[in-house]
Amino acid sequence: MSTGSLAKSEYETANRSWYKRNEISITPWLFLAPAILFFLVYVIIPIFQSFEISLFAWDGLGAREYIGTENYVELWDDPAFYTSLKNNLIWLILYLLAIPAGLFIALFLNQTVMGIRLYKSLFFFPFVISQVVVGLVFTWFYDPTFGLLNTIIGSVGLGPINVLGDPTYVTYGIIAAGLWPQTAYCMILYLTGLNAVDPEQIEAARLDGAKGWRMLWYVIVPQLKPATFIAFVVTIVGALRSFDLISVMTNGGPFGESRVLSFYMFEVALSEYGFRMGYGAAIAVVLFFIMLFFIAYFLYSMYQDERGR
Amino acid sequence: MSSILRTSVLALATSAVLATGALAADKLTGDLKIFLDTSNPAPRATFEGVIAQFGEMHPDLNIETTIIDRDAYKTQIRNFLTANPPDVATWYAGNRMLPYVKTGLFEDVSDIWQGKLAEELASTKAAMTIDGKQWGVPYSYYQWGVYYRKDIFDELGLSVPKTWEEEKANCQKIVDAGKKCYTIGTKFLWTAAGWFDYLNLRTNGYEFHMALTAGEASWTDDRVKKTMANWRELIDMGGFIDDHTAYSWQEAIPFLVDGQATAYLMGNFAVDPIKSAGLTDDQLDFYQFPLITEGIPMAEEAPTDTLHIPSGAANKETARAFLEFVASPEVQTSMNASLGQLPVNNKASVNTDDKFVKQGFEMLNGAYALAQFFDRDAPAEMAKVGMEGFQEFMVRPDNLDQILQRLEKTRERVYK
Repeated sequence: MSTGSLAKSEYETANRSWYKRNEISITPWLFLAPAILFFLVYVIIPIFQSFEISLFAWDGLGAREYIGTENYVELWDDPAFYTSLKNNLIWLILYLLAIPAGLFIALFLNQTVMGIRLYKSLFFFPFVISQVVVGLVFTWFYDPTFGLLNTIIGSVGLGPINVLGDPTYVTYGIIAAGLWPQTAYCMILYLTGLNAVDPEQIEAARLDGAKGWRMLWYVIVPQLKPATFIAFVVTIVGALRSFDLISVMTNGGPFGESRVLSFYMFEVALSEYGFRMGYGAAIAVVLFFIMLFFIAYFLYSMYQDERGR
Repeated sequence: MSSILRTSVLALATSAVLATGALAADKLTGDLKIFLDTSNPAPRATFEGVIAQFGEMHPDLNIETTIIDRDAYKTQIRNFLTANPPDVATWYAGNRMLPYVKTGLFEDVSDIWQGKLAEELASTKAAMTIDGKQWGVPYSYYQWGVYYRKDIFDELGLSVPKTWEEEKANCQKIVDAGKKCYTIGTKFLWTAAGWFDYLNLRTNGYEFHMALTAGEASWTDDRVKKTMANWRELIDMGGFIDDHTAYSWQEAIPFLVDGQATAYLMGNFAVDPIKSAGLTDDQLDFYQFPLITEGIPMAEEAPTDTLHIPSGAANKETARAFLEFVASPEVQTSMNASLGQLPVNNKASVNTDDKFVKQGFEMLNGAYALAQFFDRDAPAEMAKVGMEGFQEFMVRPDNLDQILQRLEKTRERVYK
């Protein structure tokens, strides 16, 4: 310590604090810490808690009783579970219609005429309003006595259809309501995507004689791949968490025919007559694995994309 | 000066109001937190009035009232009872309170059920009792029955049916006249349970109905099948309005009002909305659900609304005083007159200006026994699966065997 300045600096390098020495590698973790903490507390830990609760019989109030895999055994031959699962599949498949529908509306709106911004915002409008409002509007639209749908088909002599009260139509009726805002969402994704389409490539394709469907399929759509990917992700996720529309429009009815897994989970665990936390957690675990399948696929393809670059 | 005058006048008034006297003697201080599910206009105003009256009796008491939407309350109660319990909370009698009694979230209030008050409330004591103790105090109850269009009955030359045969004959004539016999909206399921309860009470009697909801009788029993067969006669006749799965009970009212349907099996709370939809006392009338099996005494459906003290309450003594106040004859009289329902206290008087309340009171006084309602007599899970089954039966009566087997399976699990 008594030596010159050069020696001192060398001395300090050797004895720098632990933090100083590891600053570069620690700093990112420090910045990530709040996010990691909340993600752990509100997402990761609850996932494992759900796994745990699904092994108990518990009414959410009193003592829990360990019953092993009994909840899953019961789930295995619960007809209501299979109805929900089937409806979930129908949702997944039909909800994807929002992607082509959104694409065509986007192509249609992607032009420069007077007031196009207004038209765009009108088309986007259903996505802005709450799902609950969408549900209510469609409930009235389908109403068998005064609904617009039955007034229209009644005018051509077809009998009233009780869309939301008939087990054969009810899921399709709700999906149609869900497609309205979802299509708007996909449309806005494609509209932004279309801005990034390279006009030179279109020019070149046109010189080569491409037009119409071939132009769309071979030139435009490949350039829209990032938008398609996002549209796909949000639509799949949207289909799997379809809850509010069902709750507002039918409350899972008639006799449980419009339930999906997320709604059934809510019903058995948290609704007016639901006191079965364990059973609800078991449904949540099944739903988690279904979602995990899709999420893993998306993560994998995103990873592939990153590497390809 | 004026405030002294006011309090003394109030003290006089309240001691006059409260014949018991003991309650008015000691003024309560501190806080009282009340959670109510009375979000509909009439019950809301009624409770606000009652609480204001209680507040005037105890001017130093700081009362804090929270009114929660009736349906949201049914799910919120679980959270606030465990996390943030009020001193007084509304709920329902019968098995509906079982989950909270079993887990010790409701306070045992057997001490209120002593002496005079116990005699005055005797009719509902059984519905408030679990394990030999009482867990709350009732404030109101109401009858169920058939509300019908008297003018249409006159027009078609029908008289009020006393037996099942007459009921069916009436219905046939109504259907022949191009109308429906009964309006109903089963979107929220419980309305169908009203039909099941009455058909079962009349076909098999009170004891069997109670055994069934208590899980002691089987759903695949022939007696249940007989009940469903009676129900099916009305369904096959086309007695119920079409598409009832799409409507709530309120949305089913217009069918009665515009004459497409002639009757509505409902609780007395339906009278107010039906009248505000345009029917007068001359058009709307009430009859008791008719006799089905000869020799079976007539039991009625009379759901009871109740007040409870959560076991986590901070001011239990004040809460007890409030419960006793609400159960007293005078408060019961004024309160139920404005609710349009029946007082539970037998010393209270019934509002005889209201013909529906009057008829209901007479009917329930002569009743052999009182049932609460399917979803209050049966435990929650059984009620849910049961009511879903009833709705399915009304749409697809051919699925009966499948439905009953499902209910039986649920019974085996729920009551084990």
